[in-house]
Amino acid sequence: MYILEAENIVKKYANHLALDGVNIQVKEGSVYGLLGPNGAGKTSLIRIINQITAPDSGSVKFNGETLNQKHIYNIGYLPEERGLYKKMKVGEQAVYLAQLKGLSKSDATKKLKEWFEKFDILAWWDKKVEELSKGMQQKIQFIVTILHEPKLLIFDEPFSGFDPINANLLKTEILSLKEKGATIIFSTHNMESVEELCDDITLINQSKNVLSGKLSEIKTQFRTNIFDIQFTGNVNLINISQHHQFKIIENTKIDNKTNISINLLDGNVTTNQLINTLLPSGNIISFNERIPTMNDIFIKIVDKTDVE
Amino acid sequence: MNKTHLNTMNKIILIIKREYLTRVKKKSFLVMSIVGPVLMAALMIVPTWLSKMDSDKTYSIAVVDQTKRFSDTIPNTGYLTNIRLTKQKPDKNKMFIRRLPDSKNYKFTFVDTLYKTKYINNFDSLAYDVLLFIPKNILASEAIEMYSNKEIPLSTKLYVTKKIEKELEKQKLRAYGIEKPIRVDIHVLSNIIGEDGELNESSSEITMVLSILSGVLIYFFIFMYGAQVMRGVIEEKTNRIIEVIISSVKPFQLMMGKIVGIAMVGLTQFLLWIILTFGIVTIVQSVMMPSNSEIIAQQMQVKNIMDDNENTDNNITLSQAQENNMNENISDAFKIVSNINWGLMLGAFFFYFIAGYLLYASLFAAVGAAVDSEADTQQFMMPITIPLILGMVMLQSIVQNPDGNLAFWFSIIPFTSPIIMMARLPFSVPEWQVFLSMAILILTFLLTTKFAAKIYRVGILMYGKKVNYKELWKWLKY
Repeated sequence: MYILEAENIVKKYANHLALDGVNIQVKEGSVYGLLGPNGAGKTSLIRIINQITAPDSGSVKFNGETLNQKHIYNIGYLPEERGLYKKMKVGEQAVYLAQLKGLSKSDATKKLKEWFEKFDILAWWDKKVEELSKGMQQKIQFIVTILHEPKLLIFDEPFSGFDPINANLLKTEILSLKEKGATIIFSTHNMESVEELCDDITLINQSKNVLSGKLSEIKTQFRTNIFDIQFTGNVNLINISQHHQFKIIENTKIDNKTNISINLLDGNVTTNQLINTLLPSGNIISFNERIPTMNDIFIKIVDKTDVE
Repeated sequence: MNKTHLNTMNKIILIIKREYLTRVKKKSFLVMSIVGPVLMAALMIVPTWLSKMDSDKTYSIAVVDQTKRFSDTIPNTGYLTNIRLTKQKPDKNKMFIRRLPDSKNYKFTFVDTLYKTKYINNFDSLAYDVLLFIPKNILASEAIEMYSNKEIPLSTKLYVTKKIEKELEKQKLRAYGIEKPIRVDIHVLSNIIGEDGELNESSSEITMVLSILSGVLIYFFIFMYGAQVMRGVIEEKTNRIIEVIISSVKPFQLMMGKIVGIAMVGLTQFLLWIILTFGIVTIVQSVMMPSNSEIIAQQMQVKNIMDDNENTDNNITLSQAQENNMNENISDAFKIVSNINWGLMLGAFFFYFIAGYLLYASLFAAVGAAVDSEADTQQFMMPITIPLILGMVMLQSIVQNPDGNLAFWFSIIPFTSPIIMMARLPFSVPEWQVFLSMAILILTFLLTTKFAAKIYRVGILMYGKKVNYKELWKWLKY
C-alpha cells in the first residue's frame, strides 16, 4: 500500500523546467530517500507534496485520495531552510506552530512539554529563540515537525546543523518514528545516512527520475563484481586457464601477504567457484566483495546523465 | 460550512492573534501608547497650565499717583478726595472705588505721593514687588515709572500700562461728554446652510484644524502600520520560518492574517491614544484647573460686580471683559464642534483608515516578499510612498479650497482618497462623492490585494535573487 504516489509531475518556472514527469511511490511505513544533486528539483517536488505550490500537470495521491487541504494535518515537514521567530518565546512559538497543524492549545502544550523533557530543553520554554544555540533551535524544529503525529514525515537535509551527538539522537528518533508506523521521506546529500536509514530511494537529476527502487536491489544492480582478496602465496600460481572468467586488476605484495583485486567477467561464475580457483595458489586470509556505496552510485549515475 | 473551511478560518484567527499579541506585548508598543497620549495631553494642558502658574503669583504694587486720577482716597487716612471727572456722586458703599482695582494677580496699594524717594530707597524692607509712579504730567509725557528690585515681568508692565491707558482714555472721553464706550468688536459667525435648510454655525479655523488633523492621522497610521506589515514579511522570509508556516497555511491566509492582525494593533493604539489622552486631560484638569462650578461661580461674581456698577460701568476691568469674551469664544467653539457630524467623521475615519491601510498594506506585503532584506526595499517603496506623500503635501491647499477640482479628484483617486477625503469631510462633502470615493477604494483594494498576493506567493520562497520590476511582472503571470 502506497501512502504517497506522485505520477508524472511537471512543474515549470518562468524559464526552466523544475520537474519533468517525475514519479515516486512511497510505501507506507518505509523510509524513502529522495536523492539528487543541488537544483535537481527535490525541493520543488517536496513543495508540491506539501501543497506549497501546485504542479502544472500530474497527480499526487495521499493514501489513495487526491491530495487536498485536509492532508496538511497528516504531513509533517522539516524544510532545509528553516528558522523560527527570533523574538518569540520558545514554548509560545512551538504551541503556535502546533496549533497551525491542527492541535488544540492544551494538547499541544502537553505534548510539547513531554518532548521538551525528553530532549532536555524544558528549561528553555520561556526563553526567546534568539537566545538559543543553532542546535537547540533545530531540536525545537524537529519536535514541532513531528508533534502532530503525522502519517508522513518529510525531512529535507535533517542532519545539517547538528553535531554528531545530536545527529545520532535524531537518527534514533527517526527510526523509532518508523517503528511506530510513520512513513518518512528523506531528502539528503548525506549518502551514508541513506544507506543506514532508507528502504527505497529515487534519484532525481536534471528534473527527471534517473534511478528508483529498493535500496538493496539497486546496490545489487550496481555490483562491481570486484573482489578484494588477501592471501599468502604466489599470484603466478593462479590457474591461468580460467582467465577468460576473471581478470586480476590489482596486485600488490606487502611482506609475505599478497593483495589482489579480481574483476569477475562472467556473471555465471559463483564466488565459490572463484574461491576454488584461488585455493591451490595459497592460504586465503580474507575475501571481500567490493560493494558499491550509495556515494559511488550517486556519482556514477549523475555523471552519466549529465554527459547525456 | 464544511470542516476545511472552518479550519481555514481558525487558522487565520490564529495568525491574527499571533501577529496582534506579539506586537501589543512589545515594549515599544507600550512606550508608544503612553508617550503618545502624554505628548498630546501635554500639548493641550501645558499652555493653560503655564498661564495658570503665572497667574498664581500675586504682584503687590505700591502706587504713587501724583495725578490723583487713579486713586479715590488718600492712603492711611481714609480721607476721600473727589477729583474724579464723573458726574456721579460718591455712594457711601463705594467710597473706595479706585481706578486701579485689585485683581487676582495684582494688588494695588496707594501710598503717599510725597514719599517716592523714601520708598525707592527702602524698597527692600517694604513688602511690595513693584513701585509704580504716575507722574503729574502723564498726559503730556505719556510715561509712567516702575521700580523693583527684580526684573519686572512683561505681563505686569503690559497689564499696568493697559489699565492706565484705558482709564485715561475713558476720562478723556468723559471730558468730551462721551459716556458709552465707542469701541466696536466684531467677530464672524459663519453659517452653513444644511440640505434641510437648517443653519449650522461653523468656524473655518476649527474645521481646518480638524481637517488637517484627520488627514495627517490617516497618513501616519497607513504609513506606520503598512511598513510594519512589510517588516513582518521580511522577518519571516529572512528567518526562513516562512516555509514551515506555509506548509500549514496558504500564503494568502498568512498574508491576510498578518495584515488584519497589524490593523488591529493600529486600531488598538489609536483607541488607547484617544482614551488615555482624554483620561490624562480630565484628571489633570480636575486636579489643577478650577472645576466648572467654580468657573460658574466666578462668572456670577463678575456679573454681580457688573450689576453693582450698573451706572458706573467704568469698573468693568479689562481682565473681566476678556474673561467674558473668552467664555463666549469657548461656547461658540463648543457650538461649532457639536455641529460637526461626529458620527460621520468617526465612521469615515475608521473606514478610510481600514480601507486605505488594507490597500497599502497588501502592497507593502508584496514589497516585503520581493526582497531579501529591508535595505533592498528602496526601489519598490518609491511608487508606494509617492502618492501617500503627495496626499500629505496637498493637504494644505485642499483645506484652503475643499471643494475645488483638485480636492475632488484627489479624494476620488484611491491612492490619495483616504487622506484627502478625510481632510475634506469636516467641510461637508456631497454624499455621492463620499460613496464614489469609498466604492473605488474598495474595488482598488480588492484588485491590489489580488496582485500583491501573487507577488507575495512567489516572492516569499525566492532567495538570493536581485528582483526588478520585470521580474515582478513575471511573477504576476505564474
